[in-house]
Amino acid sequence: MKAYLTREYIFSASHRLHADGLSDEQNSSVYGKCNNPHGHGHNYSLEVTVSGQVSPETGMVCNLVDLDEAVQHTVLQRFDHRNLNMLADFAALVPTTENLTEAIYNILKQSFHSAHLEKVRIEETSKNSFEYAGGETPCR
Amino acid sequence: MIYLTRKCEFSASHYYHNPDWTDEQNRRVFGKCANLNGHGHNYTLEVTVKGEIDPVTGFVVDLKELKDILNREVVDAMDHRHLNKEVPEFASRIPTTENIAIAIWQRLADKLHVAKLHRVRLHEMPDLFVDFYGEA
Repeated sequence: MKAYLTREYIFSASHRLHADGLSDEQNSSVYGKCNNPHGHGHNYSLEVTVSGQVSPETGMVCNLVDLDEAVQHTVLQRFDHRNLNMLADFAALVPTTENLTEAIYNILKQSFHSAHLEKVRIEETSKNSFEYAGGETPCR
Repeated sequence: MIYLTRKCEFSASHYYHNPDWTDEQNRRVFGKCANLNGHGHNYTLEVTVKGEIDPVTGFVVDLKELKDILNREVVDAMDHRHLNKEVPEFASRIPTTENIAIAIWQRLADKLHVAKLHRVRLHEMPDLFVDFYGEA
């Protein structure tokens, strides 16, 4: 039987929202406080949902140790306690949480193969959350 | 179609052990969860049902009836129990969060009369949950 497993991870990072194609005034108008040149930070809550058949041998969709290791090595080590604007991932992209969500989905799609990656959901604050399922409608 | 979710909690102990494997294999795959003395969790269960709104009552489902079914089928059976030893489904299945969610679905699916079961979401920890939609 097919089940969906979701695990939450926390990381903290800083960013500044600023689009090179816009004037300073336009950036200030579009991004407001997020355009502060000194940047600001968030505690991001990352939810990773994977799916698959529950193994009759283990009772599991996948071993959590494998998922934790993949997220730790490919996502948390890359983004935790970093300035997102300084990373190669955002050299040509504004580090909005929309772009961050897509980037993390794509990283995990490459690095985690023990179960099917369903979706990535990120809460930037308790009031804002973003989901990406590789272009599909996220499972509910 | 309206989706309605009811939450309840239960606390239970369990361990993970596949009798076809050696102790070493069990420890390697299940880690700390393989300790045969067991350990416990506070589980949070969210059951989502779906249906059309009854024009007379304005309800998708009578919440009191849903609560009674959850209490009878899940809480009374699992709260303050040892899942491996006291819940029949886990005599032959390992009580992982995945298998507990499936067992809860199977206990509830044909007990709901008006609304249809949509999702069972079971939190083992605040940072870990499993969803089951009844898919084969």
